[in-house]
Amino acid sequence: MFVRGLKRKCFDGEEDIEGTLAGIKAIPSYNLQRQSLLDMSLVKLQLCHMLVEPNLCRSVLIANTVRQIQEEMTQDGTWQMINTQSTGQASLDRLVSTDILCRSSRDQAEGKHVPGYGTFSKDFETDQAQDGSETMSTASSVQAPRNLQSNVWEMENPQENKGNFQKSLDQIFETLENKSPNSVEDLFSEVDNSYYDLDTMLTGMMSNTKMGHCDSLETFSSPTNTASNSNCKSDLNDLDHIVEILVES
Amino acid sequence: DIISTVEFNYTGDLLATGDKGGRVVIFQRERETKSRPLSRGEYDVYSTFQSHEPEFDYLKSLEIEEKINKIRWLPQQNAAHFLLSTNDKTIKLWKISKRDKRAEGYNLKDEDGRLREPFRVTELRVPTLKPMDLMVEASPRRIFANAHTYHINSISVNSDYATYLSADDLRINLWHLEVTNRSFSILLKLVIDVKFSNTENVGSCKSWRWFHVELCVLSAVFEEPEDPSSRSFFSEIISSISDVKFSHGGRYMMTRDYLSVKVWDLNMEKRPVETYQVHEYLRSKLCSLYENDCIFDKFECCWNGEDSTIMTGSYNNFFRTFERNTHRDTTLEASRESSKPRAILKPRKVCTTGKRKKDEITVDSLDFNKKILHTAWHPTENIIAVAATNNLYLFQEKIN
Repeated sequence: MFVRGLKRKCFDGEEDIEGTLAGIKAIPSYNLQRQSLLDMSLVKLQLCHMLVEPNLCRSVLIANTVRQIQEEMTQDGTWQMINTQSTGQASLDRLVSTDILCRSSRDQAEGKHVPGYGTFSKDFETDQAQDGSETMSTASSVQAPRNLQSNVWEMENPQENKGNFQKSLDQIFETLENKSPNSVEDLFSEVDNSYYDLDTMLTGMMSNTKMGHCDSLETFSSPTNTASNSNCKSDLNDLDHIVEILVES
Repeated sequence: DIISTVEFNYTGDLLATGDKGGRVVIFQRERETKSRPLSRGEYDVYSTFQSHEPEFDYLKSLEIEEKINKIRWLPQQNAAHFLLSTNDKTIKLWKISKRDKRAEGYNLKDEDGRLREPFRVTELRVPTLKPMDLMVEASPRRIFANAHTYHINSISVNSDYATYLSADDLRINLWHLEVTNRSFSILLKLVIDVKFSNTENVGSCKSWRWFHVELCVLSAVFEEPEDPSSRSFFSEIISSISDVKFSHGGRYMMTRDYLSVKVWDLNMEKRPVETYQVHEYLRSKLCSLYENDCIFDKFECCWNGEDSTIMTGSYNNFFRTFERNTHRDTTLEASRESSKPRAILKPRKVCTTGKRKKDEITVDSLDFNKKILHTAWHPTENIIAVAATNNLYLFQEKIN
């Protein structure tokens, strides 16, 4: 079922890839597998979103998996490595191109323009509370599924793809956000919104998975990911009450 | 059709199953007769009815599945039986009653129900009750609708016999059985975050006991610290709880996640008191189980009447029982080939090492399409109901 030596995190960790030579050999394979897991997750996410009523639990779990992979990619420097070759563009709406990590080092040396991912976490934190950049941070937190449909080995121009990625991602998160039906808004029309905003919560949960369940899933999140979580937590301190009781008709 | 829920009633005399086609089938245990005093009662079909039909929500342009997600019996108060059945959106209260008499001799209508011409009514008579063949009728008494944004995944009846809870991924509704146009709503963060309270409010912990809610919890106050060395990308998914069951005695709670069953003492939130590995050999296959979506399968679990044994399902039509006192566990299979009527089930074993012994099954040859998600245990006796796709198996303990 699996190729040996790959994906040490999927397996029970018996594969020992310590040692420089072995490590170097194993790392590209691990990255490839991780990449394919990411691609798989994004395809699943997209399929989820194509349903009129996505299974909430499943969507959240898959979105979290995507987030974890992206965090790990940031932290183990995979993205840093790419970043050094960028022209320094610090735009927030650059999106992760799935084929970047699949490129051979030769192609990378040719100096193709590559979006920088180095500031991913940082930008994410500062933009959390801002509505306007919500789509940006969500865009940067999830890879473009549209790219998955094309051959991942194509050397696409990231510049051109940016617009496409953005658009398809927006579509996805828009459909997710719209899953909170109008009837729900009506139900809560009399609620003091400053206290508990359903839309923000649902939106935040779907499009910004870190925000939605930071403190709930704190124990589940990666041990290395502390900065973003604490930021989430402070934002959610206002939402002190996890449970709100409403009288409904 | 594919069975989607299985539930014994409070006495165990009735067993209800719901399926993907919206049908409810109720089995009744036959009374032991004098001619066969030692044979245990078998379950025969008692009633079948269509509980839910597929609906189309024109506003949202989506079809609402008729699949029955849960059935819950109400405690019996008179000769009739009541149960709640729910699909994704609507909960219905059904009354199941026996009828063995029929009224005849109506004044205003004929025997076939047609209204009589007034001028034909020349005399008044009292209708009489005549015996008829026993018929079991199911009639909907209440319909509780339009209260859930997401899919209803569980319902639970209160011991006061008057109220019940329904839950979807984000909301718990508290209903009164008599009132269909109003419910109290508790909106929760993320999936469910059931506050069982901290140690100070152990008293209020008991007040939640009547809920018996089976919820899918991503994060609960009952939380086991994660072992960082075993962390993987799938850690969160496999620790997501698919079923929660309180023990009959009320002291313990059992949670089922993808690979294990954990027993918690309600007074201790820090860690479970017992953990049972259901199919640990799947841990190395999580990637492909993620790919084929099996990792999202929601297995149920159940206690026996005495809370001494717990049972849960697995793949390849296997189900497992764990004896809490002796720490003995058994793997059994629910399939036509291995279950001849009255034959004793042979324990199965999954081979986890390289060398396969005779009669063992390797992990790779497990059929992941044959999953036992729904199981139920008779409230007092050792009779279990196991739903394997579209077949229902009933097993009982053999008395020598």
